[in-house]
Amino acid sequence: MARSARSFALSVLSGGRGSHFLLYVFLTCASLVMIFPFLWMFSSSFKPDADIFNFPIQWIPEKPFPQNYIHVWNTIHYGRLLFNTSFLTVMITSLQVLTCTLAGYAFAKIPFPESRILFLGYLATLMVPFQVVMIPQFTIIRMLGLMNTHWAIIFIQAFSPFGVFLMRQFFLNIPMELSEAARIDGLSEFGIYSRIILPLSKPAIASLVIFTSVAVWNDFLTPLIYLNTAVKWTIQLGLRSLFAEYTADYGGVMAGAVLAILPVLVVFLFLQRFFIEGIAMSGIKG
Amino acid sequence: MKTRRLSRDNRNRLTALGFLAPNLLGFLVFTLIPIGIGIGMGFFRWDGANTPVFIGLRNFARLLTDTKFGNSMRVTLLYTLLTVPITIVLSLFIASLLTAKIRLTSAFRSMFFFPYIASIVAVAIVWQFLYHAELGPINEFLRSIGIVEPPRWTSSKDTAIYAVAIMSIWRSVGYYMVLFIAGLVGIPPSLYEAGAIDGANSWQKFWYITLPMLSPTTFFVVIISIINSFQAFTPIYIMTGGGPGTATQVLVFRIYEEAFVLSGFGYASAMAMALLLMVLVFTVFQFRWQEKNVAYMQ
Repeated sequence: MARSARSFALSVLSGGRGSHFLLYVFLTCASLVMIFPFLWMFSSSFKPDADIFNFPIQWIPEKPFPQNYIHVWNTIHYGRLLFNTSFLTVMITSLQVLTCTLAGYAFAKIPFPESRILFLGYLATLMVPFQVVMIPQFTIIRMLGLMNTHWAIIFIQAFSPFGVFLMRQFFLNIPMELSEAARIDGLSEFGIYSRIILPLSKPAIASLVIFTSVAVWNDFLTPLIYLNTAVKWTIQLGLRSLFAEYTADYGGVMAGAVLAILPVLVVFLFLQRFFIEGIAMSGIKG
Repeated sequence: MKTRRLSRDNRNRLTALGFLAPNLLGFLVFTLIPIGIGIGMGFFRWDGANTPVFIGLRNFARLLTDTKFGNSMRVTLLYTLLTVPITIVLSLFIASLLTAKIRLTSAFRSMFFFPYIASIVAVAIVWQFLYHAELGPINEFLRSIGIVEPPRWTSSKDTAIYAVAIMSIWRSVGYYMVLFIAGLVGIPPSLYEAGAIDGANSWQKFWYITLPMLSPTTFFVVIISIINSFQAFTPIYIMTGGGPGTATQVLVFRIYEEAFVLSGFGYASAMAMALLLMVLVFTVFQFRWQEKNVAYMQ
């Protein structure tokens, strides 16, 4: 463990005497600051507009006001937004897992002559900011007649070079001997991929799934560029229009914000370990 | 012998192509070709509808005298300077605390990390309410402790960029904390034992063991956080819309506005090239630095 970093941080906090009590006090205060906006948002979402900005903050509303949620559900058609967002998330994530594991396998396990140069091409594009490709992508999507369709977003996000990179790095750590043994046993190349390599790669696939689905769920810019009718919108676009059009309906907007965050929070509470390990893995390997 | 190798190469090529095809096709059409077009588009005047007109370097020449572009570069650099150093120091500090063998570390980690994966639109909206100049809880609190005229946060052009930067630090500190924790855990305890035998104090151990051993992680975090700060779009779009005035009009906001509001596809592409250049310069600079200074195990 990083003992020195710990003891250094401890000594900063406790004037050199390394007391865990102060550490707890500091960490508790700091994490309260971190979750304060969420607590305030949640509490406010159950208050009528007039009570939201009362100070000192009344954390538990005297009389809960669930009307905000009903109002929001109806004005931005939350059910439809939820469906659209889930559809995009599931489609893009499954396509990514499929195409990125296949391509990652080719780069890690098949020694073809152009492997290196092609992979370098993939790597180089990782550095290119989205703003550089977004305008040409827009014209290509328009040429394909996919404006204002969910397919625009699916095509743009389903073939992530990052996913290929992540998968390749993980597959490289699986010993070649396993593939050789399977080949002697008569498995085809696809059989080795699907029956040997994929089952061994569950942690990497889990982090790709988590990454992609959270990114798609929270994405704002891509839907903003491509989806112009409210029927096609995602939760993020619906929430932003709620905020822009009902500026004074604080409670309603807060309820909308809760509804946008809640699905991710629920998944996070169940899979915390995978989230944090996945991020750490991609970070180290990246 | 040679023919056998060739035929094996060809067989492998074919198999690899089979595996690569689905991703490669999408990668070509939606990433690689767009990058090519994007670079080319900077040399044209194009409104996205009529025929593009080749105008050579005029878009790039215009960048040099465009005060709105100059302003957006200045705001982008200010935003980077405000967010990156504080985020890195804070996240390293918290990561160090959370590698201690105490209870509840995973609960603390989760609380620090969650803002990073919470909907950025929702988070920006909530902060916008927190920052409300007259009614927001932040200013109510500041008034209650005797500050008569607290800052007007996102509604003043002098403080808007700081307000967005604070929100951004709050949002990303947990992400970099996770990366730092992974780096700290990888440092072999034997080094600290050796340091202790040599009589090093906590500060010396941190300075001479932890920091050098952590440098690959730090290197990665510095690159990623600078590049991310160049590309902060959503919080600015939601919280300030680039304003008040042009106070928070970062480069990526200008590019979006030029392309999709003003239909200046050619000029927007030229600005995107400036962004690409900035990202490349930092990447190259960081790689050079890494070759010289980063300590590697093994």
